[in-house]
Amino acid sequence: MSEYIEHDKDHISVGIVEKKFFTFAEPPNEMILENGEKLGPVTIAYEVCGKLNQDKNNAVLICHALSGDSHVAGYYTEDDPKPGWWDIMVGPGKGIDTNKYFVICSNILGSCMGSTGPCSYNPVSVEPFGIDFPVVTIGDMVAAQKALMDHLGIKKILSVIGGSIGGMQVLEWCARYPDMVISAIPLATTMKHSDLAIAFNEVARQAIMADPNWNNGNYYSGPAPNLGLAVARMIGHITYLSDESMRIKFGRRLQDKSDLSYNFDTDFQVESYLRYQGKKFVERFDANSILYITKAADYFDLEQQHGSGSAVNAFSMTKAKFLVVSFSSDWLYPTYQSKDMVQAMKKNGLDVSFCEIKAEWGHDAFLLPSERLTSLIKSFLERVFSEINNAF
Amino acid sequence: MRFDLQIIASWIQPGSRVLDLGCGEGDLLYFLKKEKGVVGTGIERVESSVARGIEKGLTIIQGDINEEILDYQNNTFDYVILSQTLQQVYEPATLIRSLLRIGNQGIVSFPNFSHWRVRFQLLLSGYAPITKQLPYEWYDTPNIRVITLKDFRKFSEETGCEIIKEVAINTQNKDKAGKIIKCMPNLFATYGIFLIEKSDKMITILNNSK
Repeated sequence: MSEYIEHDKDHISVGIVEKKFFTFAEPPNEMILENGEKLGPVTIAYEVCGKLNQDKNNAVLICHALSGDSHVAGYYTEDDPKPGWWDIMVGPGKGIDTNKYFVICSNILGSCMGSTGPCSYNPVSVEPFGIDFPVVTIGDMVAAQKALMDHLGIKKILSVIGGSIGGMQVLEWCARYPDMVISAIPLATTMKHSDLAIAFNEVARQAIMADPNWNNGNYYSGPAPNLGLAVARMIGHITYLSDESMRIKFGRRLQDKSDLSYNFDTDFQVESYLRYQGKKFVERFDANSILYITKAADYFDLEQQHGSGSAVNAFSMTKAKFLVVSFSSDWLYPTYQSKDMVQAMKKNGLDVSFCEIKAEWGHDAFLLPSERLTSLIKSFLERVFSEINNAF
Repeated sequence: MRFDLQIIASWIQPGSRVLDLGCGEGDLLYFLKKEKGVVGTGIERVESSVARGIEKGLTIIQGDINEEILDYQNNTFDYVILSQTLQQVYEPATLIRSLLRIGNQGIVSFPNFSHWRVRFQLLLSGYAPITKQLPYEWYDTPNIRVITLKDFRKFSEETGCEIIKEVAINTQNKDKAGKIIKCMPNLFATYGIFLIEKSDKMITILNNSK
């Protein structure tokens, strides 16, 4: 997602932010994971912007996607070259207005951007976990976020917002902690991965594990499986785009040449783009984390885990008001998957709005500047915030 | 707000649950929410209209009314509104039955095809009529059904709906103002608005299909 991050064109920013850490589940009170294993201590990296009001009812939790982090908006330093990953949406007067709301974003469990994950030190062996790290689920990630909310003294969340795997966390929040979530905005997401999505994730994992440097996950003291990770990222990028967006972006144009090379160098711009994205990604991300997070996404099945196989049952305890948004060219989580969740919400009599935004940019559209998405989120938040204030 | 919507709004009890099928940008729902405290939902096909509605603070679902209506439980709403859309519906009887399945009452409005201008146009010019209310050529019109007030009464009886109230209106000034037509409405009204309920016959049908 980092390829899209740019400075705000109007120079509006939440300003300097700080990455903080919260550690809990110290032994013997370890966190019990969904697979039954124990994990502790657990550290969660998080950032906040805006101010929590006196009634503590203006908290907005943002859940990031596969390769995101807690750095949702603003800058770490004055000369930071890039703001946070959703700076276009989060800031003063923006879609998620930090003048009104207290925004929290935490790095997911299993990631490598500050929260406990496979590259963290195993307190038992005093070495990085590698694949001794337990297989965590979307539910475990959300349980860790809940511990952070408790730590911050937040009992009710005005809105839980996220796209893609972040959207899975949003749905999980609504099913797992129905009394805490006042509203929710799942974007470009699904109640469960299609076989197509699992298939792409499996190819990405295989690319990593086929790299000899992967060494069964134990590479932290030697060379990392960067080739495998780069290929995994290239596969990911294909699924985030669309046929149309690739045609617009590349159009079979050649990269720095006028004729085909008749060898296996880069010929097409699309090849160069994917290679560049792969190369850039290995500088910032851990291969094992990709294995764990993609597995968590594949395992996620809201219907099975919360509804005994029924989507309608999965939302039966939910009280949140929903804004569901899909994007027309998203073939990773196509609109029908959003409509399935909307249908289940309707059957439960829940307050749900749904909009399919016409966009050619594929799954990535949820991260790109969109006046429509911004105004939908902004007005939905204003509405739910005014409704809770009028209720008092 | 349009004159026909003003009439519809006047029929709705404060605080009731309302579904507006084909709600456009949500003008009626917005009015009902602000003035009557209704809990409303709109269904609309066009993305930009859906977005406008949500921006007004309304609950709107983008989708096809014929499909979206199927997801609701019986008697979820006090009123289900089908305003100026019936003439575009492929299977009107199915939709009207679904409408009364999920709502206690239905409010249905449509342009009256037996207005004297329509009749005269066809009679004198020989071309398919084009009016302010039905402004399309035969080849580009979304209005695939031509309905008169008399037709709707007959249709109601055949479908198993009971007409509780009906008002025939003639609108002016971009439909913002208008008057109620009491004398020969089938000839002089541009729109008809009907409040309908399930007849005993339909209740039996709905119960049997459970």
